[in-house]
Amino acid sequence: MVTIDPIIQAEGLVKRYSELIAVDGVSFYVEEGEMFGFLGPNGAGKTTTMKMIQCVSPKTSGKLEVFGMDASAHQREIKKYMGVVPQENNLDPDFTVYENLRNYSRYFDIPPIEADKRIEELLNFVQLRDKKDSMTESLSGGMKRRLVLARALLNNPRLIILDEPTVGLDPQARHLIWDKLRFLKKSGVTIVLTTHYLDEAEKLCDRLVVMDYGKIIVEGEPGQIIKDQIGSGVVEVDNHPEIVECLQKSGSSYEVMGDIIVIYTNDPTHITDQLSMECSLDKMITRKATLEDVFLKLTGRKLRE
Amino acid sequence: MSYIQYFQIPEMNRRLLKVWLRNKDVFMKNVKLNFLPPFLEPILYLLAMGFGLGAFVDEINGVSYAQFIAPALIAVSVMYASFFECTYGSYVRMYYQKTFDAIIATPLIIEDVIAGELFWGATRSTINALVMTPVIAAFGLIDLKYALLIIPFAFLGGLLFACIGMCFTAMTPNIMALNYPALLFITPMFLFSGTFFPLEVLPEPIQYFALAFLPLTHIVRVIRTLAYGSLELSLLSDVIWILLATIIFYILSMNLMKKKLIV
Repeated sequence: MVTIDPIIQAEGLVKRYSELIAVDGVSFYVEEGEMFGFLGPNGAGKTTTMKMIQCVSPKTSGKLEVFGMDASAHQREIKKYMGVVPQENNLDPDFTVYENLRNYSRYFDIPPIEADKRIEELLNFVQLRDKKDSMTESLSGGMKRRLVLARALLNNPRLIILDEPTVGLDPQARHLIWDKLRFLKKSGVTIVLTTHYLDEAEKLCDRLVVMDYGKIIVEGEPGQIIKDQIGSGVVEVDNHPEIVECLQKSGSSYEVMGDIIVIYTNDPTHITDQLSMECSLDKMITRKATLEDVFLKLTGRKLRE
Repeated sequence: MSYIQYFQIPEMNRRLLKVWLRNKDVFMKNVKLNFLPPFLEPILYLLAMGFGLGAFVDEINGVSYAQFIAPALIAVSVMYASFFECTYGSYVRMYYQKTFDAIIATPLIIEDVIAGELFWGATRSTINALVMTPVIAAFGLIDLKYALLIIPFAFLGGLLFACIGMCFTAMTPNIMALNYPALLFITPMFLFSGTFFPLEVLPEPIQYFALAFLPLTHIVRVIRTLAYGSLELSLLSDVIWILLATIIFYILSMNLMKKKLIV
């Protein structure tokens, strides 16, 4: 196969269902060896974008190339080099852990002896060796997720797509998945993931996009996005009309979120000094700005269904 | 809305065999349980209806009642096996187990999955015929001369019902609604396709209706003739009817499924 940069390239990508425009002209690229994140509230168009990359949902218009091939014309070739961890575990309940992997290896034309070798390695990798002969129904949530990850790695993929890989897992299980993803990235695999956990995205992703209403609203490195959108620090204070007035006077960048006020700043000390002197305020919290601040600032606090 | 889109010729790829193999592997995990119904059912039916009810029937078209219904039992089993495999079975794999989703994340595409399901359904019918034919023969109710032809014919008949079943699977809003075709299509066919009494007893318009629209009628006719140890030229019309219907429903089921699953 010819190596072509980038691994994924989308230009003006659109997905329209009869009434709804799920993806509304997005452009992005993912480079080889990168860990790339898609963030956004429910219904933002992340999963739809993933499905188009996986070649299971045809685009309405625009351009989408994976490994330099048109996603709508070369689905079998593209999928051969891709591993998928779907949002919902779809392990085969009729099979044991081993049989799940063994059966799946057939779909990739992996010869039986090679498949057994890979399965052995992968079960060690995701720490499921003891569960080899268990039915999948008896596995815990974390184990199922690890098995799905192992299944996605059977074909030695160049690109792995993970749709909310750690949803519903306990902290230990999440950290284990993160470790595995970091290891894969180190070995040169390109990783694309969607997540609702912003700490996860901040920790893992080299670059990410935030989507809302089918559009990409911001794109870049997590640290840079935070710096550009928020600044380095955040000061949180209780919501009082006097303080709002005081902040307005000083022209600070702030947002009222329920009963607290969040103030975005590059100089937290300056803000705290100012607040305690001019607004006679003594209770406040200073912390580092996070991706969550960016997310809430950009997509608002309104609940999405 | 154009009807042409439902009759696009589907792609057929050898990869469908991998889906067939997946279903075969699951079947083999419970092989003993899976072989029990086709083994036991003909025995129960023959005892109850053939020899019990049959004691009150002189003979039909020159054969005993047990001999009359024995081939029909195979035909009914061919229908049931693939129809239920490709309705409830496929629906569970598609909707509840998400097996189709898992498979199409690999180099396989949805056409491979559906074709694999259809051929697996036909295989279930063949397995049933393979088990039932010797059991019924052991009662001395089948002439062995052409009995072996029943097995490959069961595959064709099974494929037809697999394709018809898959059309319902593609159109049903939920699994409960699959009870409608089972009740309104399969059950009447079970009773009125020349299975337990000759078609000729029915009023003439209904006979024509059965021959035109009830696939089981043709399957019963072919299997019965073969089981009686004869091979008539008139069977050709039944086989052609089944072949044409199979092709139409194969293409239709494939396009309906694509429309449902590729969004």
